[in-house]
Amino acid sequence: MSAEQKQEAGITHEGVFYSEATLHEMHDQMLFIRRFEEKAGQLYGLKKIGGFCHLCNGQEAVCVGLNSAAEPADYMMTSYRDHGHILARGSDPTAIMAELLGKAGGIVKGKGGSMHMFDAEKNFAGGNGIVGEQVPIGLGFGFSSWYKDDGRVTICIMGDGGINQGAVYESFNMAALWKLPIVFVVENNQYAMGTSLERASAETQLFKRGISFKIPGMKIDGMNVLEFDKKMREAMEHARSGKGPMLVEAMTYRYRGHSMSDPATYRTRAEVDEWRSGRDPIARLQGQMIEAGLASEEHFKQKDKEIKKEVAAIGKAAEAQPEPDPSELWTDIYNDPIENAYPYPGKVN
Amino acid sequence: MSKITYREALNQAMVEEMTRDERVFLMGEEVAEYNGAYKVSQGMLEKFGPKRVIDTPITELGFAGLGVGAAMAGLRPVIEFMTWNFAMLALDQIVNAAAKMKYMSGGQYDVPMVFRGAGGSAARVGAQHSQSLENWMANVPGLKVVMPSNPADAKGLLKASIRDNDTVVFIENEINYGDVGEVPGDEYIIPLGVAKVVRVGSDVTIVAHSRMTGFAIEAGKILAEQGIEAEIVDPRTIRPLDENTILKSVAKTNCAVVVEEGWRFAGIGAEISARIMERGFDDLDSPVIRVTGKDVPMPYAANLEALALPSVADIVEAARVACGRA
Repeated sequence: MSAEQKQEAGITHEGVFYSEATLHEMHDQMLFIRRFEEKAGQLYGLKKIGGFCHLCNGQEAVCVGLNSAAEPADYMMTSYRDHGHILARGSDPTAIMAELLGKAGGIVKGKGGSMHMFDAEKNFAGGNGIVGEQVPIGLGFGFSSWYKDDGRVTICIMGDGGINQGAVYESFNMAALWKLPIVFVVENNQYAMGTSLERASAETQLFKRGISFKIPGMKIDGMNVLEFDKKMREAMEHARSGKGPMLVEAMTYRYRGHSMSDPATYRTRAEVDEWRSGRDPIARLQGQMIEAGLASEEHFKQKDKEIKKEVAAIGKAAEAQPEPDPSELWTDIYNDPIENAYPYPGKVN
Repeated sequence: MSKITYREALNQAMVEEMTRDERVFLMGEEVAEYNGAYKVSQGMLEKFGPKRVIDTPITELGFAGLGVGAAMAGLRPVIEFMTWNFAMLALDQIVNAAAKMKYMSGGQYDVPMVFRGAGGSAARVGAQHSQSLENWMANVPGLKVVMPSNPADAKGLLKASIRDNDTVVFIENEINYGDVGEVPGDEYIIPLGVAKVVRVGSDVTIVAHSRMTGFAIEAGKILAEQGIEAEIVDPRTIRPLDENTILKSVAKTNCAVVVEEGWRFAGIGAEISARIMERGFDDLDSPVIRVTGKDVPMPYAANLEALALPSVADIVEAARVACGRA
């Protein structure tokens, strides 16, 4: 630690210094994601958001910690529970909300919805709807970095449900075989839809799932953003330095059901309460910051009001957008214009 | 121009494209040290080294997905399936990822890659290794499906496929690999979506792709001896389908036979005959006739296998019926 850092206000967590500004940024991002998801849930209840909608309330520390440990050039892809990750990546929240609402200004022009968020500029490659599908794709991004030797690391995120897919182990094998720069991250929120980890996994210590591929594993508290950031940096360093892939198990919990249609009757109220009130990542960081004298309860109350207001404005702006132009139906399928899409004589499309 | 085999033509196409563009690499089972299960990649490891010609474990879903991700990240993968039968394990990546990525990402991610390998019926290998599944692939918007019937097309179409900015499903034919033909040198590129009239005639149109084009040409010779001049159209690209060339021919002959090696139900022949009906109805003097593989899993016994496949005689018979000369 330098002399300058010593004078700067902040928190040192297990030897890593987090400045006051960084801590506020992490906190505000987590809170923003929480309020954004609540707004999405509300708009879903009003039937303004359709289809499947998977919220990540409770898992915000993982979203924020993954991004704080990554470089902007690093690649990231995940499953359909993607709002928090793309928000943490720094994509435009209005475009994300507009996407949820199926609007023209959606981040993928209203063509993807909740499950298919992409932002190529931020190196965020989805938003993939088939469980585990993003893992071989992540393998390909990692391969491209190995091929081009571009120094990037791929963060390939899956859930405790996804990790049981065969595609994951095919990918583990090749990633380890060729020492590709990939950090595989399992968000273990302990339920694959309604099936608990114990009912679905012979080995419930998911960080050990890479052992037979010689992929080192790390279990991290995903409800503690500082701890998550610190350990994730170690995993990133491992992958970036050419040592091959790493498997990170992020212990976390989703407060809401699997999707909006899931009342989550497969778990007890007491269990949910225990995580919500005892281990909430936002409350935890607030407590740490108050204890360190970096902020007051009043500050956080004020901040929450601001963020709620900001999110409400984003919702309004997104709602006001027009639906996609009907011509968009036929774009982005091929790079060439499509001929004969409707071959009926006289039918114009 | 030189006389080379279908497999050598494919090899030439890949070698030329890999020499031209460093982003192109070849990956698949046995493509490198073994020189390809069907020797299509003969000598490529030696030429380009292990970074660009890569042997994989037997893990189709995994390396198909690797190709999708690598293409999204800016490379130009050529992913070889030893045969298309094994690509069934990789369908999620082909159908749900490669084909839809551009659309789902609102145009942000292209997937410029080629999935290639042997398709169609082989010889005496039974039900799981002998089938034509191009209709599965051609059904999916976002995929292009290319099926060369001869060495020159194999080269020109593969080069075009590798340069294409969309995902191309390139289905070769196992039995055609040893066929010899004249193939133009270096920059021989055949644009995708352009059919070829391989025989000019005025009595009956025969549309046939892949190995069946050769069968149709044989049938055309027999028909000519019988005084029937068949016009044979090889679509070469199944999707996008060059229906104009087919319709133009039907406008001239007023009847058509559509030939495919695959199963009859919802096959390529069904699509082509539907298009002729929709857009060329007034040109038809008789119903379009489909000659297809029988709707059975491929048997092993030589006699049963022959019965399951379309024959030259089947095509001759169908053509005679179609033009009212049966």
